[in-house]
Amino acid sequence: MAQQSSEIRYLTAPAIDTKKKKYCRFKKSGIKYIDYKDPEFLKKFLNEQGKILPRRITGTSLKYQRRVAQAVKRARHLALLPFVTDLMK
Amino acid sequence: MNQYETVFILTPVLSDEQMKEAVNKFKGVLTKAGAEIINEENWGLKKLAYTIDKKNTGFYVLIEFKAEPQVLKTLEVAYRREEKVLRFLTVKMEKYAAEYAEKRRKNKSNKEEA
Repeated sequence: MAQQSSEIRYLTAPAIDTKKKKYCRFKKSGIKYIDYKDPEFLKKFLNEQGKILPRRITGTSLKYQRRVAQAVKRARHLALLPFVTDLMK
Repeated sequence: MNQYETVFILTPVLSDEQMKEAVNKFKGVLTKAGAEIINEENWGLKKLAYTIDKKNTGFYVLIEFKAEPQVLKTLEVAYRREEKVLRFLTVKMEKYAAEYAEKRRKNKSNKEEA
């Protein structure tokens, strides 16, 4: 009788420890200028309260993270994006 | 001659032709000071993300122009004097910004044709 291995075998391997390689979406897609005038695009970089997401979550490079932050602050100045909100998106 | 773009918000209480007159006033300030206006867009009445001066909507206007740096001082003084303007922002457009604006104008124009 094959010794019943205690560990349960799943159909597909559970992706707990596999780390998804983060990449900078601006370098990959070649976007050179982040426009502060379209809030829809900038919303991808804000969390629910409207705060700017850190690089370790979005994976963007330092150069583009600074531009994203500047664009978000300009959009906030022009009331295109809120400074603080609850349950945006 | 640098390229700039300026966005300003007018109070919504204005009537339509007061709006147009305010926009033309600023375009006049620019052309008188020797700026060359490239593009001008009215985004119309938009809801503000937060209340400015007890108002929740505003009339957004965008103007792209080429000008000498000292033209900006006169423009900003005109903005500050005009109480119809809730908020304004002028930004210098570097190389990639200009290309982006160029592309934006192109697909905006062929969107209108289509």
